[in-house]
Amino acid sequence: MAELLDMISADIRYIDGLKACMNCGVCTAICPAAEFYNYDPRDVCNTLMSKDEVAIAELLKTDKIWHCGQCLSCKTRCPRGNVPGLLISLLREVSIRMGYFTESEEGRRQYAIKKTLGEHIVDSGYCVHVMHVKPHLHPEQGPVWEWYFKNSEEVADRQGGNYNKEGSGALRKISEESLKDLRKIFEVTGGKDFFEQIDRQSKKKASELKKNITDNVDDNEYFYHVYREKNETQE
Amino acid sequence: MKKQYWTEYESKVADDHYYYERSCIRQSFFTGSEEVFINIVRDLLGKDIADDMNLHTCSGIGYYSGVVPLDTTMTVVARLFALMTEAGYKNFVPSCITSFGLVNEVVDMWHHFPEKLEQIRGYLKEANGKEFDVPENIAHPCDIIYKYRKELKEKMKYSLTNVHTGKPLKVVEHIGCHYAKIFPRQVKGGAEFPQVLVGMIQEWGGEVVDYPERRHCCGFGFSQYMVLANRGYSAANSKKKLESMQPFKPDFILANCPGCTMFMDRWQYTIAETEGITYGENGMGIPVLTYEELAAILLGYNPWDVGLQTHQVQVEPLLDKMGIKYDPKDKYVGKSGAFLGEPEKPTHLKVKAYE
Repeated sequence: MAELLDMISADIRYIDGLKACMNCGVCTAICPAAEFYNYDPRDVCNTLMSKDEVAIAELLKTDKIWHCGQCLSCKTRCPRGNVPGLLISLLREVSIRMGYFTESEEGRRQYAIKKTLGEHIVDSGYCVHVMHVKPHLHPEQGPVWEWYFKNSEEVADRQGGNYNKEGSGALRKISEESLKDLRKIFEVTGGKDFFEQIDRQSKKKASELKKNITDNVDDNEYFYHVYREKNETQE
Repeated sequence: MKKQYWTEYESKVADDHYYYERSCIRQSFFTGSEEVFINIVRDLLGKDIADDMNLHTCSGIGYYSGVVPLDTTMTVVARLFALMTEAGYKNFVPSCITSFGLVNEVVDMWHHFPEKLEQIRGYLKEANGKEFDVPENIAHPCDIIYKYRKELKEKMKYSLTNVHTGKPLKVVEHIGCHYAKIFPRQVKGGAEFPQVLVGMIQEWGGEVVDYPERRHCCGFGFSQYMVLANRGYSAANSKKKLESMQPFKPDFILANCPGCTMFMDRWQYTIAETEGITYGENGMGIPVLTYEELAAILLGYNPWDVGLQTHQVQVEPLLDKMGIKYDPKDKYVGKSGAFLGEPEKPTHLKVKAYE
């Protein structure tokens, strides 16, 4: 268990983000997530300051660390220079490394985010591209988006884009050299292992939940389970 | 008199020679905005701006969504800096507010933890064989438009005036959280009174609307929006803002973040379709524009070349108020000149007043 505290205290986000919390609660007052969810960034700081490994491990297995929207309004407001949003970013990373993230409904969603965002980075060179925002996964985008999606090259290029073509310009095809370099960065810095850890732990959880999991999104029962279902009794 | 510290907060913006880093979200949802920005800087202001074909994502949305580790994101940012260095530039201009916040955060961490900078240099060298300089200046494109707002005004064909009443248009300005909330001292006016969009609106003839939830997040929430189950978080935040601004009857919303622009546009559709509530006049929505789109239509660009037809909330009532001429038949025409058909009409959110 000491591994957990070592991992947290060695990270620059811990050193930079938790100086001396006096529990004033200003971060919770300004936090949009605290208004929407049962989430309290002040309480996260408390748990971390306790250095209670059991309590921290428990926190990493709960929904709470996944509620933050990373707007970082807490950074602006904290009178002591703490950054709960930065600590959350660290705790999420540690929760995945330790395999705790699949213990909570909100943590399990990281699998869907890895499939619909993370993989795009190394496959296409974009976090988000028109071709990724599929209307059946994004009904909130509305009919104008459906029209753009259907006619993407015509519409983008009219605006000066260079849709999925070689060269410079908006929505261009990212060069093979850049993609090769991005993949190598993920290998060298641990990003690839991180993706594999998300997959490995998610496959275990899918098996426990008796949900089918495949590499594709379209016929992936576990993906749709973590992407769109919500337990209404969740706190 | 109480000292107003925010008046001392200033953005530092280089005069010329910009290395433009394209945004995943702005390219995808406001494709024309990036092209307009480059045209304005290069052709109207006569400045040098690089549009590098080797660019790629900064990975910021992946980092803030929790699927990309910090060291990986820092090294991806380092590669972008290496491309800038190889191209002979020192002034980094990230189009996305997420990127702007991320690169400032990364550079700030490197400043406080030089050993981390050395580690990332090692990672990039090992992975790509590249070296990099940290940028001398990091400014958002909105800072550049703000800096040259007076010069641009002289070239504008229209102003933010209602041509029917002669009164200034009422404009809500929305600043993306990662522009001013992470490092408030590095932007003019800080987090509470950011001047960048206010300055454009006032210089170009409009009136800024102050409303209670002016500084509230649009609700993107990164991982919150990325899964269908949690998009209620995102919609609820935008709804809170829309309800707060509605009594002031704004003519449009202006945003510096592409994500915020898209969400406040799309959530008006979702809220209308699920709850029957609309926030604009006559059953329509409140148009939401990027600052590049606003500059473009004031300068006389064809609104459909800029991409205003890709907004869910229709912009024609705003164009009519501004006296801007447009061809309705040209709206859904593609690059090839072919008519692409019209999008379906929503059930509740009107696309034409009184239809």
